[in-house]
Amino acid sequence: MEQFRKLTGVAAPMDMINIDTDKIIPKLHLRTIKRTGLGKFLFEEMRYETDGSEKPDFILNKEPYRNAKIIIGGDNFGCGSSREHAPWALLDFGVRCVISTSFADIFYNNCFKNGILPIRVSKDELDALMADASDSENPELTIDLEEMLIRRPNGAAISFDLEEFRRACLLDGLDDIGITMTKNASIDTFEEKQKRDQPWLYTAAAE
Amino acid sequence: MANPRTLFDKIWESHVVSVQDDGSSLLYIDKHIIHEVTTPQAFEGLRNAGRKVRQPEKTLAVIDHNIATTRGGVVEEDSRLQIETLRENVAAFGVQLFEVDDPRNGIVHVIGPEQGFTNPGNTLVCGDSHTATHGALGALAFGIGTSEVEHVLATQTLIQAPAQNMRVTVTGELPFGCSAKDIVLTIIGTTGIGGGTGHVIEFAGPAIRALSMEGRMTISNMAIEAGARAGLIAPDEKTFEYLKGRPMAPTGEAWDTALAYWKTLPSDEGAKYNKEVTIDISGMDPKVTWGTTPQDVVPITGIVPDPKDAETQGERESMERALKYMGLVPGTKMEDIEVDVVFIGSCTNGRIEDIRQVAKVAQGRKVADSVQAMVVPGSGLVKQQAESEGLDKVLLEAGFEWREPGCSMCLAMNVDKMEPGQRSASTSNRNFEGRQGRDSRTHLVSPAMAAAAAVAGHLKDAREFLQD
Repeated sequence: MEQFRKLTGVAAPMDMINIDTDKIIPKLHLRTIKRTGLGKFLFEEMRYETDGSEKPDFILNKEPYRNAKIIIGGDNFGCGSSREHAPWALLDFGVRCVISTSFADIFYNNCFKNGILPIRVSKDELDALMADASDSENPELTIDLEEMLIRRPNGAAISFDLEEFRRACLLDGLDDIGITMTKNASIDTFEEKQKRDQPWLYTAAAE
Repeated sequence: MANPRTLFDKIWESHVVSVQDDGSSLLYIDKHIIHEVTTPQAFEGLRNAGRKVRQPEKTLAVIDHNIATTRGGVVEEDSRLQIETLRENVAAFGVQLFEVDDPRNGIVHVIGPEQGFTNPGNTLVCGDSHTATHGALGALAFGIGTSEVEHVLATQTLIQAPAQNMRVTVTGELPFGCSAKDIVLTIIGTTGIGGGTGHVIEFAGPAIRALSMEGRMTISNMAIEAGARAGLIAPDEKTFEYLKGRPMAPTGEAWDTALAYWKTLPSDEGAKYNKEVTIDISGMDPKVTWGTTPQDVVPITGIVPDPKDAETQGERESMERALKYMGLVPGTKMEDIEVDVVFIGSCTNGRIEDIRQVAKVAQGRKVADSVQAMVVPGSGLVKQQAESEGLDKVLLEAGFEWREPGCSMCLAMNVDKMEPGQRSASTSNRNFEGRQGRDSRTHLVSPAMAAAAAVAGHLKDAREFLQD
């Protein structure tokens, strides 16, 4: 996983609540066996006509937002399915950070596994960032994960919170499976105890 | 006595392997179900890192999302590749798979309980958001992404931040013509689709206790539509009765030991919840959605709402967008909305009780000429059961299609999908834009309501057809 320390890039405003995972990546593209290549289908039904031509009004079809690295979205971003194809599509498009007032739990978890930083801010902060991003002359934000700050075009900064473990994994691009496997001894101990306490869990399913 | 604990607290605490400095836990996972769509990249990750599946016997594989629901029907090339990839992966890593033609195969969340794989007190995960279904048996069950599937395969654990406790208490008696689906749509209409975010919802109260296991699964299934991480229902005699004798449930002495443990699981008197909602279902009318989120719920006797009545600007814009997408005008009577397609099935409503309800409405009636109506059983065993009761004949006689089990038109990633502009009454769980096919329009309803819409050709109060 790629490290995430400091990111400067165009932020695209998507002032819409409940942007669900079906909107982010329609189900037909769930039939891939790869993680890559989904960027061109990101927000497909909002982004393209049925004949494949671009919808000119859609934000990611406009300059400079075609190169967006950050998305500013409305409340309850990523609701719906567990498909990791949603963050895969964002990442493949080039988006490394999504900012909203709230995220659906599974989508939020999935982002971190792919080096994408989802940031929760207050409603007032979101409104300010939405306005910043809407200025197509200068929609660039800097996300500083070391300092835990969002730096706005006017020089002001908004601070944010993140659990330390998630932050550490992003900063160093760590694979959490590798980290968990260093705790194999604890997992062994847990299984031995569970086998004594709930023996049926270790026999019933074995047919 | 120690502090009173909730059902969630008890399951969580008994599965913590270790706690990290920031409060998140390494949580042990007892049961893992996988399917073809959200696993190829997980197995690829294991291969690339040279890792094994830690406990292959704790994972069960099914094929459901992509398969054809007609015998010998079309499976498109990329779907076929995905299914083939699953077959190769389970063979290479030693995981049990139910093959497509095995009667035990079916929708992942139908077969877990049906096989007795899901037990009270388990932690259970699957790369699918409707894993919440299994909470109906008192298991802590939640949907995960593909990276987490890989994490579970490699370590039989997950890193999880603790959830908050929420309780939804449902009181009153289920009115005539209503079902578990109407209850859960009412709940989501009340809490909103973000109302459960960060929480595990325990569904409680006399109206939940009165439901069958199938009904409870319908409720818990849609916990995710309220934004919750999981749904939970305390196990009771009905749960134990349901599980006893199922192929993967404990037997003999192991059953007795397990049962004694399961009985300790229900929330203690005085346990604390971070959030509480109480809903009285007395006098409730059958429900139907009008918009593009599952919280957009009105009674079938109601009308399409007006965005002018929205409380915030964000909500108004969202309603306007939904109405435009749905092709609806505020003030229209719900019963006047014509449908083209009726879909009955899914992990929400693909069980035997659901099909019995549909047959009750269908008996002696005909599907309207303008409607394509399909019934897709949730598993091969549900299909066999329905056929042994003669329900397939009733349905076929009435003009419904009787399909093979699978996810089918619930998410339309197989060949079962609607055409742009078509409108459905559907027993599935999501009415998002494009969910059942690009530019298709979905109204979520109960099985009886879906059957009534098939017969009437428009959304219809099922109570009229259930009188006799």
